[in-house]
Amino acid sequence: MPISFGHSVMIIAVVAVCTYFTRAAAFVLFGGKREVPSSVKYLGKVLPPAIIAILVIYCLKGVNPTVFPYGLAEIISVICVAVLHIWKRNNLLSIGLGTVIYMFFVQVVF
Amino acid sequence: MKKTLKYAFIQTIPVLFGYLFMGLAFGILFEKAGYNFIWAFFVSLTCYAGSMQFVLITLLTGGASAIHSAFMTLMINFRHMFYGLSLIERFKKTGKSKFYLIHALTDETYSLHCLVKPKEGMSDKKLMLYISVLDHIYWITGCVMGALIGQIIPFDTTGIDFAMTALFVVIFVEQWKESKQHLPAIIGGLCAIISLLVFGADNFLPPALVATVLMLLFYRANMEKQS
Repeated sequence: MPISFGHSVMIIAVVAVCTYFTRAAAFVLFGGKREVPSSVKYLGKVLPPAIIAILVIYCLKGVNPTVFPYGLAEIISVICVAVLHIWKRNNLLSIGLGTVIYMFFVQVVF
Repeated sequence: MKKTLKYAFIQTIPVLFGYLFMGLAFGILFEKAGYNFIWAFFVSLTCYAGSMQFVLITLLTGGASAIHSAFMTLMINFRHMFYGLSLIERFKKTGKSKFYLIHALTDETYSLHCLVKPKEGMSDKKLMLYISVLDHIYWITGCVMGALIGQIIPFDTTGIDFAMTALFVVIFVEQWKESKQHLPAIIGGLCAIISLLVFGADNFLPPALVATVLMLLFYRANMEKQS
């Protein structure tokens, strides 16, 4: 351990409590008998698709398009997943085959 | 019950691969930092956060203060504050299970809650609970195994974590097909890309979220008129 037992436990506890806080915040503020404001209801409806789009970019944040292989493995694999899913609409097939394609690219091709 | 559990398990398979691999990676790094599998078990049980647990390793090795640890956690997990909004109504009917469902609300579990709806005769509460517990078990297993076996893995698993990216892409396509309005997804994607270019990979998430929320509020009248 790089630091003391007590210090380690303290940091882990702070991270655990703060993580729970962020996950509970929406329920504490709007979960009781209080009426959810219309602007919050609106955000609850339009935010999920926006957040998913952000998370897709988040997954790809490590890609560097300026150096070889220019994020080609990621771009091709993401397109494969999307096309497969539009075509067959089978969650496991799109994710499974997409992942195999990506693993092939990073292990064998590039 | 068995039918719901089986259904929940099948839906969580992509997360199974993603979590086992990410957990393994975390466990190996955590062990290297000087924390054994018992620590890995308790961290994955109590913190239960993917990217945040990796940052936790740097907090520990750097001997961070309580305030610094709190700030980092609030910033990195800021997005979770919004996840609850779309689940308030569904969680209301879950009684005391709500406290655990909230604890287990990771990116992936949230995504599955959005994607997977109960089939006829299934309890929504049980389905969400099974999905949450299964995902949590995968994560704990991955983290503990990583700390235990280290680098002794029989085949090359490089790239298997792409399952997580693929999961988000699939959800993106699903939501795109289902909703008539594509502006929210476009706004989110553009804000993320611009923020990534401006703030870099480590810091882009909070500004991207703030910009997205502001823009969605700005276009509110426009979008409510259309729907």
